[in-house]
Amino acid sequence: MPQDRTAAIVGVYEYPLRVVGPQINALQIKAASAAKALEDAGFTWKDIDAVYDTGAEQGIGGLGISEYFGFKPSVIDNTSVGGSSFEFHANHARQMIAAGKCNLALITYGSTSHSDRRAIGTAGATGGGPPNFFKNMEDPWGLTLIGNYAMVKMRHRFQYGTTDEQFAAISVATRRHAMRNPEAVKAMTDLEFVGVNEISIEDVLDSRTVAYPLHLLECCMVSDGGGAVLIASAEMARNAKKKPVWIIGSGEATKYRENRGDITVSAGAQSGPVAFQDAGVSPSEIDILMAYDSFTITVLTMIEDLGFCAKGEGGAFVSDGRLDFDNPLKPAINTDGGGLSSNHPGARGIFLLMEATRQLRGESTSQVANAKLAVAVGNGGQLGSRHATGATILAAD
Amino acid sequence: MAPLRPQPTFPESDTQPFWDGTKNHELLYQTCNACSEVIFYPRHHCTACGSDQNTWHVSQGLGSVYTFSVIMQSRHPAFKDLGAYAVAYVDLDEGFRIMTNIVGVQDPTSDIQCGMRVKVRWEDQGDGEVSLPMFEPA
Repeated sequence: MPQDRTAAIVGVYEYPLRVVGPQINALQIKAASAAKALEDAGFTWKDIDAVYDTGAEQGIGGLGISEYFGFKPSVIDNTSVGGSSFEFHANHARQMIAAGKCNLALITYGSTSHSDRRAIGTAGATGGGPPNFFKNMEDPWGLTLIGNYAMVKMRHRFQYGTTDEQFAAISVATRRHAMRNPEAVKAMTDLEFVGVNEISIEDVLDSRTVAYPLHLLECCMVSDGGGAVLIASAEMARNAKKKPVWIIGSGEATKYRENRGDITVSAGAQSGPVAFQDAGVSPSEIDILMAYDSFTITVLTMIEDLGFCAKGEGGAFVSDGRLDFDNPLKPAINTDGGGLSSNHPGARGIFLLMEATRQLRGESTSQVANAKLAVAVGNGGQLGSRHATGATILAAD
Repeated sequence: MAPLRPQPTFPESDTQPFWDGTKNHELLYQTCNACSEVIFYPRHHCTACGSDQNTWHVSQGLGSVYTFSVIMQSRHPAFKDLGAYAVAYVDLDEGFRIMTNIVGVQDPTSDIQCGMRVKVRWEDQGDGEVSLPMFEPA
């Protein structure tokens, strides 16, 4: 089956600052990033005819975002499924381009989570908003976001015998990649990480437990940041400044707490195989896996559920340097330094698309030689209660 | 005294019968009259077949820990000074899974295991208010 050549990522821009201060707001990060991504692609503000946006920033909603930019798009999509929204957006943009409804789609993200001093991981249920069936059943128990993921790690350890050392290997590989990325080094410095250096398994296990059994160095940072991704029709993509990165496969799904359900299995077990079938490639062919690393358990779950190894064998799979960019075994993982060590303003999915694109263009700071195929797999919501997993498979010519 | 922890709020007609039951220390769940599915979290319809005909039952309050985490750091005013506390999913013997706290243990990190048998322990929230179904070793 020939790979799809309908729609391609033609422009990316990752906003470099992880601490922006009070003079810059989230929408300004989005607009600045859009302009830079257009520069990267060689297109102009007036070329954009589709806007994909979570509507989450500064409460602007789907109605406000086009007005803020000054666009009059003919496609508007406000899918909002947490950190995975951006993979959903990319997948939907490909479909709308294929349908002839638009030619150049813009996806943006901006956040000032760090400067706002948002305690995303440890705040617990803060109430507010109308009650619903799950808020009323979950808010009283004091579960934090980190505790939510820790419950999945606990069950994974119990069910498959996965060890803390195996989970830590994910943090170690990601940090190694981060230390090669000047923007990640600056991020860790500006966010006052204790020790901006490569780390060992022991360092991870010695870091304090935030929610047992998750250690601090298994948890992503809370930064500011954002960026933009442009997706174009094949005709436009051929005229872009840089070589196109084609979207060749897509899948999306949600999963939630169920009676007798298996919490170790994510929505990726549904969306991953759909995406691979769509793309006509198999996990063993993938050079780069950009897997949403909110926590180590999220990565391990994505690796298993997308079929890079059998369910429950992720612990062995990630050991022995397997994930490193310069390990001959595929895939290399989170080569920008990930949410663990480079950039996590609250919703990381857009950065997965960016680094996958940089790899397939040959522009990564931890470049994998001759990288041809990449997967961006976003996981939004909270893994242990309800989440969405969007998979986007990308290819270079 | 620590501030009150977050409480369920009403009107919310899917879960209100469940929380009304807690005032009598009854742990309620539903089954579908059409297809026998166990429905939980409470809802007006069956999540397996869409029927709106279901029956409330009182659970025996016995089950096992499916998974848990021990929260070491919470910024929430009601929890930040509690010390380490355990949040869990408990699988009740009748076939439904509830989020809850595990209490009545010395050290939650070493005294709780997946699969451990537990029973309900009611934590009243005040006169005429709901009671929270927590669990302790059975």
